[in-house]
Amino acid sequence: MNRGGFLPLRRTGAHSRTRSAWLAPVSIMLGSLVTILPFVATLPVLPPFGLMMMLGWRLHRSDSLKPWAPVLLGLFDDLVSGQPLGSGMFFWTLCFLSIDVLDGRLVWRDFWQDWLIAAGGITFVLVATRLVATPFAAHVDTALLVQTIISVALFPLVSTLCTRLDKEPRRQ
Amino acid sequence: MAPSRNRRPGFSRRAQYGIFAAYVGAVGGALIGAGMLLLSTFNPPAYGAVLGFFGEITTPVSTFLGWAGRGITGIPGNISDHFTVMGENQRLKKEIEDNATLVQRARTLNQENRRLRALLKLRDVTPEAVVAARLVNSSMTSTRRYATLNAGARQGVRSGQPVRQADGLIGQVISVGPNNARVMLIIDPESLVPVRRTSDGMAAIAAGRGDGMLDIRSANVTNAPFKAGDRFVTSGTGGIYPPNIPVGSVVRDANDSAIAQPAANPSALDFALVQKTFLDPDAAPSAPEPPAGDDK
Repeated sequence: MNRGGFLPLRRTGAHSRTRSAWLAPVSIMLGSLVTILPFVATLPVLPPFGLMMMLGWRLHRSDSLKPWAPVLLGLFDDLVSGQPLGSGMFFWTLCFLSIDVLDGRLVWRDFWQDWLIAAGGITFVLVATRLVATPFAAHVDTALLVQTIISVALFPLVSTLCTRLDKEPRRQ
Repeated sequence: MAPSRNRRPGFSRRAQYGIFAAYVGAVGGALIGAGMLLLSTFNPPAYGAVLGFFGEITTPVSTFLGWAGRGITGIPGNISDHFTVMGENQRLKKEIEDNATLVQRARTLNQENRRLRALLKLRDVTPEAVVAARLVNSSMTSTRRYATLNAGARQGVRSGQPVRQADGLIGQVISVGPNNARVMLIIDPESLVPVRRTSDGMAAIAAGRGDGMLDIRSANVTNAPFKAGDRFVTSGTGGIYPPNIPVGSVVRDANDSAIAQPAANPSALDFALVQKTFLDPDAAPSAPEPPAGDDK
């Protein structure tokens, strides 16, 4: 975003790389930790904020996360979310690597494509985890659909948050 | 958004190998994750210790947030309570006078009951309570229905113990950490509770549906009719859940399999009571045995 109409001449890459290197994993883990809020829900309606943060960071800048980062972040998410252990590790990494592949194919993408890719990623992870975690006959599909729609609808907010976090604090 | 920079970092072999190694790490990690996923699918309690350790960190946070939330939401209630207390005091005093005779009669009945029970040498199998603790959080993003209990192995909680509230059964402890435990709620898609109908004692199974309701299936009668409002309580079959804890009531008429509303609502964030397993294999001597020489 370049509201002032000026392009910064100074390359900020080196500085913000170190900043996003710790900020991206920490904010993703905080996203996963939304599940420790004190509510006992009878339906799975809370969006997977950890996954959304990860997709937000990955689509916002490709160098914010190492390719192996989703393995550890997914493991952390499994430990706090109640999903079967290993599901986040596997599906998040799969998601991340497919975005890497897509990145090579799409030459130029704008926010709508980012949103579409994120929607695909969220749907894939939620549906795959549901298939692994719960018996096929369980009546969770309506709730899952609602959860997916809420998550996809909230993705622009999460993406904006990632952009905000990535911005350097204003110098005095 | 601009296309990503070319991932090839130049002619440095070292940098190229570094990136290659990162992708090898990612794929390897994903495969390890797949292996762990298989293990946790076929042997769910495999990671109990790890989850318990992590629960040690997150449970206190949830407990504190819950405490703070209750404090804040309680303020308006406290203020209005203060003003209604005077009128309520008057009303209650009058009620106490009215109830005095009733209490007297109840006391007499209670004494008589105790005497008759002693006469019958009836031994109650009252499963002892292990601990009362709060449910502090739940798996809100997952299709599984777990809740975290703010008490664990140090408080005497063991895996497999039933958890209830005053209104009815909540679930069963499935993994235990030092000071926290994970409870599988009865509405979880993999939960099965043996129940019986209060009216005629017909045996049935209450299975979680995953959408907050229960499926009640008749256990041994084919084409059993269910009426709306039929109440089901635990039967004690299987030896895990003590008998006569309310489980749920049928929502609408059906045959063979009916949808039921659970009796207890765990989203109330109230205290939950952990009880000992009804017929504990470890505590077999304490279970009632028929007196020797009584059988013919």
